[in-house]
Amino acid sequence: MLSIETFVIVSVIKIVIALFVLLTAVAYTVWLERKVVGHIQNRWGPTRVGPFGLLQPLADGIKFLFKEDLTPPHVYKPLYIAAPMIALVCALTSISVIPVGNWVTVAGVHTPLQITDLNIGLLLILGITSMGVYGVALAGWSSNNKYSLLGGLRASAQMVSYEVSLGLSLVGVLIVAGSFSLRDIVEAQGGHFWGFIPKWNIFYGGQIVAFFIYLISAYAETNRVPFDLPEAESELVAGYHTEYSAMKFAMFFMAEYANMITVACVASLLFLGGWHGPVFGPPILQALLPIFWFVLRVFAFLFIYIWVRGTLPRFRYDQLMAFGWKVLLPLAIANLVITALVVTLRS
Amino acid sequence: MVPLSYYLILSGILFACGVTGFLIKRNIITIFLSIELMLNGANLSFVAFAAQWHALSGQVFVFFVMVVAAAEAAVGLAIIIAVFRTRETLNVDRVNLLKL
Amino acid sequence: MIHLILFLIFGAICVAGAVNLLAQRHPINSALSLVVVMGSLAGEYLLLGAEFVAAIQVIIYAGAIMVLFVFVIMLLNAGAEEDTGGSRVALLFGVPGMLIGTVLMAWVLLERSGTQAVSMGALPGPPKTIGWLLFHDFLLPFEVTSVLVLIAIMGAVVLASHPESVQQRNKES
Repeated sequence: MLSIETFVIVSVIKIVIALFVLLTAVAYTVWLERKVVGHIQNRWGPTRVGPFGLLQPLADGIKFLFKEDLTPPHVYKPLYIAAPMIALVCALTSISVIPVGNWVTVAGVHTPLQITDLNIGLLLILGITSMGVYGVALAGWSSNNKYSLLGGLRASAQMVSYEVSLGLSLVGVLIVAGSFSLRDIVEAQGGHFWGFIPKWNIFYGGQIVAFFIYLISAYAETNRVPFDLPEAESELVAGYHTEYSAMKFAMFFMAEYANMITVACVASLLFLGGWHGPVFGPPILQALLPIFWFVLRVFAFLFIYIWVRGTLPRFRYDQLMAFGWKVLLPLAIANLVITALVVTLRS
Repeated sequence: MVPLSYYLILSGILFACGVTGFLIKRNIITIFLSIELMLNGANLSFVAFAAQWHALSGQVFVFFVMVVAAAEAAVGLAIIIAVFRTRETLNVDRVNLLKL
Repeated sequence: MIHLILFLIFGAICVAGAVNLLAQRHPINSALSLVVVMGSLAGEYLLLGAEFVAAIQVIIYAGAIMVLFVFVIMLLNAGAEEDTGGSRVALLFGVPGMLIGTVLMAWVLLERSGTQAVSMGALPGPPKTIGWLLFHDFLLPFEVTSVLVLIAIMGAVVLASHPESVQQRNKES
């Protein structure tokens, strides 16, 4: 066991690294989206700023910093300023329980590649997602603008509705794994069956339906196509972030992409086997290869996110809500009942 | 090591704030919020005594209190919306007559 | 020592939030103060070891029930509270009565409560044991609350739906 001082120093280092990596990942997810959607639409995407447009996020960041931060006159100032901060804080906090690899020994300190391994880790992520709804709702209301209010109400009602099926789809995984701790869930997916097929929760745990329910609910939770009516440009001006400019808008933007990355990480951990993959070579490679496999899965999930964005039209709001309550919720409950039956009969 | 009476005093203070809000506030939604505050104070008492007597049923009962609070909030807010539609006001002093 | 410091910090935030709920005039500020109270109560539950209850407090109470309150406040948009006097009996007797009652209760609890001190994380409440209790010893209340929630859903849908008179008024205008 580490002493208190070592624990604090190691935790601070992990937090700094995780935040840095997450913010860089957010910036380059934006770049990836612009390139991929551009290629789907038969055009290039950013190409001028740096090779392949790779410095475009840097240029965007500088632009956001220097833009005029306009505050409209009749907004409710305290909440107007606090809402993007709430959204960003909730989006960034979930990274604290996400494990990216095994235990490693760095400079004599034996530590997991995770900021903290709570035994209710999954509940923490669900709780933070629930609190993120406030950022959207308060932004819409405090802007003193009917389009913002409508967009904010619709977006928060959509997020609250799809949180239910999101949570229920995860309960199937919990029944199979038997623990709320994300590290335990990943470690239960080690090994192979029938020789070569890995024991991921999609295959061996039988959670394929739950995976698709989670995928669809995640698209609705993060307000992405095909469920992005509340913030689409052609619908409600820009929905709940109409009246925001410069740094506050950048905070909403970052919060949306950070949510996407968090959801992709959770899906990789719970359904796709986490960091399991072929590991070989010297100890340094054995520590880094699980991270590489994890990042590969997250990247695949993000690519599917962006692919769907470039391909599908968007749902109308009543179709969206009807789908969430009348189709996804019964499916998630049925998945839960069947999983519980199978697990009981197997043991 | 914190004496249990500290937790109970905190629970009592929250409950007292809830009752005071219920008595002095005139906006019906704020009155409703005070009721929720009272329920939270009671929840803290439950968990504190569960820790004292090592009985997990205290923590399980908090569940039921939360479910009842959720059901009551849903129905109460629906009533508030219905009252607002007819009376156009949220002030309890203006809805104290049966005739409009 | 650290248990006492953490308890006092969370307790101070709780009481500050509760007093702010009373002091604010606009209901949205009161609702957000209540969210702060619920968050710090989750911290208190963690200090007592009730980890599952703390998580459920944040997810359900602060993250769903209070969102419902905030929705209704935003939808109705009735503005800050106006001063219509209110009940003088309640003000004259209620508020001092509550103050005196609270002080009396605090004194009695400090002197003669007959309870002992609890340590940090006194009774761990992992989800597994709570689930076991919920589905074995408390199965009947669990099923009854599910019926209660169903009744609440039906009641809310019926009460909040548009009455016929509004539709007729709209047709005439």
